[in-house]
Amino acid sequence: MTAGGIGEPLLRKEDRRFLLGKGRYTDDLNLPHQAHAYVVRSPHASARVASIDASRALAMPGVLAVFTGADLAADQVGGLPCGWLIKSKDGSPMVEPPHPPLVTDRVRHVGDQVAVVVAETHAQAKAAARELEVEYETLPAVARLRDAVAPGAPAVWAEAPGNVCFDWELGDRAAVEAAFARAHRVVEIELVNNRLVPNAMEPRAAIGDYDAADDRYTLYTTSQNPHLIRLLMGAFVLKIPEHKLRVVAPDVGGGFGSKIFHYAEEAIVTWASRKLGRPVKWVAERTEAFVSDAHGRDHVTRARLALDKDGHFLALRVETLANLGAYLSTFATVTPTYLSAPLLGGPYTTEAVYAEVKGVFTHTVPVDAYRGAGRPEATYLLERLVDKAARETGIDRVELRRKNLIPSDAFPYQTPLAFTYDSGDYQATLELALRESEYASFEARRAEAAARGKLRGIGLSTYVEACGLAPSAVAGSLGCRAGLYDAASVRVHPTGSVTVYTGAHSHGQGHETTFAQIVAERLGVAPEAVEIVHGDTDKIPFGMGTYGSRSLAVCGSAIAKALDKIVAKSKKIAAHLLESDPGDLEFEAGAFRVAGTDRQKSFGEVAFAAYVPHNFPHESLEPGLDESAFYDPKNFTFPGGCHVAEVEIDPETGEVELARVTVADDVGRVINPVIVDGQIHGGLAQGIGQALCENCVYDDEGQLLSGSFMTYAMPRAADLPNFKVGLHVTHCTHNPLGVKGVGEIGSIGVPPAVMNAVLDALAPAGVTHLDMPATSERVWRALREARGQKGPTP
Amino acid sequence: MAKVSLTVNRKLASVDIEPSTLLVELLREKLGLTGTHVGCDTSQCGACVVHVGGQSVKACTMLAIEAEGAEVVTVEGLAEGERLHPMQEAFRNEHGLQCGFCTPGMMMSAVDLLRHNPDPTEREVRAWLEGNICRCTGYQNIVKAVLACARAMRERAAAPPPASKGGRS
Repeated sequence: MTAGGIGEPLLRKEDRRFLLGKGRYTDDLNLPHQAHAYVVRSPHASARVASIDASRALAMPGVLAVFTGADLAADQVGGLPCGWLIKSKDGSPMVEPPHPPLVTDRVRHVGDQVAVVVAETHAQAKAAARELEVEYETLPAVARLRDAVAPGAPAVWAEAPGNVCFDWELGDRAAVEAAFARAHRVVEIELVNNRLVPNAMEPRAAIGDYDAADDRYTLYTTSQNPHLIRLLMGAFVLKIPEHKLRVVAPDVGGGFGSKIFHYAEEAIVTWASRKLGRPVKWVAERTEAFVSDAHGRDHVTRARLALDKDGHFLALRVETLANLGAYLSTFATVTPTYLSAPLLGGPYTTEAVYAEVKGVFTHTVPVDAYRGAGRPEATYLLERLVDKAARETGIDRVELRRKNLIPSDAFPYQTPLAFTYDSGDYQATLELALRESEYASFEARRAEAAARGKLRGIGLSTYVEACGLAPSAVAGSLGCRAGLYDAASVRVHPTGSVTVYTGAHSHGQGHETTFAQIVAERLGVAPEAVEIVHGDTDKIPFGMGTYGSRSLAVCGSAIAKALDKIVAKSKKIAAHLLESDPGDLEFEAGAFRVAGTDRQKSFGEVAFAAYVPHNFPHESLEPGLDESAFYDPKNFTFPGGCHVAEVEIDPETGEVELARVTVADDVGRVINPVIVDGQIHGGLAQGIGQALCENCVYDDEGQLLSGSFMTYAMPRAADLPNFKVGLHVTHCTHNPLGVKGVGEIGSIGVPPAVMNAVLDALAPAGVTHLDMPATSERVWRALREARGQKGPTP
Repeated sequence: MAKVSLTVNRKLASVDIEPSTLLVELLREKLGLTGTHVGCDTSQCGACVVHVGGQSVKACTMLAIEAEGAEVVTVEGLAEGERLHPMQEAFRNEHGLQCGFCTPGMMMSAVDLLRHNPDPTEREVRAWLEGNICRCTGYQNIVKAVLACARAMRERAAAPPPASKGGRS
């Protein structure tokens, strides 16, 4: 192992600037002569915009301009595109309504962009925005899934009858029906996967800067994927060719999916900057983020599981309604479909699966990928269903899982829904989690809690997820409008230090450290001699960015591939210097050695020679040591594992205390164990947030009731226990690093474990069903109802 | 316009501001101290915590003119030159930060905790940090860092001879 190489718990290289308060987030940047934009948003969920009178706003101090949808339309500004075309069962394409950055005639959710005021200062823009007179004619609105598909529901889009965007299916329906026909038992469940607000701590921000001298635009933005924004905004919205558009995503304060998507404000400030001849900055306030950042989850699902007499899973049938919001955000349509349903086999040997998903428009903020993106929904459904099956069949829930888990010697494993899992060991992670959670001695803890008048419960989930998006050919065949490969460039400098340009973007994941460790391992240089550059389309060859736990598996593999080229070229140079044949050289610990001799050249000497090629045979050896690579993954990667939660409930108040969380995960090969633990912790906290406190709620009129940190319950330090994290890894077999993914497993695996624990605690009191989040109020009501009492209506 | 004079990170500052300017706006926009962050508009998230007169304060809840004559310390004033404050060391050593956005407020809050309580329990750390939201770390390594810092600071305080356990009040 190289010092600071793969597997070492290296301290993060990027930390120093953050600790000193020297991070550079978008809102920290201020350009000379910069103006400030404030977006005027709809207070109504559904209304016709009858008129906009800007005269009073324009007369306010410092105001430079007021722009509306008509101004954008006059400049032929296009709509925000959706990145994934989904086809319905009948082959028809999804309904794809227009999505202009500023509305022209109708608003379709609270927070919809109506106009933008630009002024000398933010305070002036905001004050003037209050003077903008917008006349609305309100229309009926629909916010909730069941209401939206009910007959006579208000239509979000005339072109989408019944508010259905697509009616999609996956799997072998006939095989599933046949399996149900011979089933010994059928278990059924209906679940709500609660709507969430991602809430990265840094609110979104954007600065547009048009340079008339070069006729060139720069957009600074809080993005997880600057190249993707350049592609979407440049090609579809503002029609700026790539060479005239630079997108910079500097330090970004968390993303969790919500900063993947191309947002209206990015296009507005870029366009306005040219209009005004000045840089234009926009920064979201938090309450504004609640009504303009894409939300997550929001499914209603009914599922039925067929079992044989021994408890083997024969078939699964799933019907899901997925809320898409009022417009199609970038990955809105793939999240509840291809990112979710193919995983419904889970880690089990279920023979046949058939899933139907209806994407539904509502008068709400667009819904899109949020940490886990589709896989948490599939996992939650499956693991709640397995627990219910255990209760109904009387088979112990651990036994039932053991019976159905894919055996460790069955890999590669072809699932009934297109995926081939390359590697895994679900028994090992299950047994590890049971051991570390002291599962076997739980009943003693339950009894001890009962003696104190508390209800204690334990729950588990065994899961597998699919990440490392994605083989371009597969993505393309399923409707993706882009390829999902990635790119890297490795530049070795004359003195042997290295700069790596990566298409990934780090907004908390620690790429500047992890990627440097990969370089250190391969080239034998110190990690301190490696700089990782990300987040700037002018510097980096190309890249699709960071989401779907793809950074290491895809972008890291691109780096590995570029490093292979560096080593190959270095070997030729070393062979020349050593007057030997490249085939006779060994490269180890940072030195090229003629096999079986002590003649060697260090990597540093080779790098120097590459740039001081005094006697190179130029016809066969180019100077320089600078290589690029594109890597298109052969398959998804499939992390998996087992999560166990233990809760204690106060039956008087319904309060749920999360007593223990123990996880055993297979994340593939580990580059930096400290960073891996941190990623798991963070995912767990968000998954626990979904299970116990977070809930995004709209009222009947489409008003957002949970629109700030006062009303949307973010998990705080005192809400969480210390997590016990264990790993049992199997290497990915199809990427050069053997890595899988770690960023999302916490939010995928843990919600059902927590809910199964809550229901285990409540089972003795007769409670059999509960939807997330298990707040004290919901638990208290469930307990009252189980006792035949009714709680006071709220 | 109003003039406000205060000490920020041991340097005197005298600035003309609108009377409605918040302390956090003064720090970020007038003094260029962008290490103090704004993560919400309801005084919930704690990304803007600084010290005013030795107490942790959410800089979004205070008008700049209220800080007239006060001693303000921001995250930029935590280290001594190149030497990190023990809290910064601890956050680094324990991987107590990921995206870094909540980190300044989190550390400023934690430093104030240790002034009040140099030997807190894990539960006390978690309770104290109630006003600081982190979305990345699940808090585990933040809590670990604060406890490690407390330990380091107690050891440092006890280090110069004569080492005495009863020296703290």
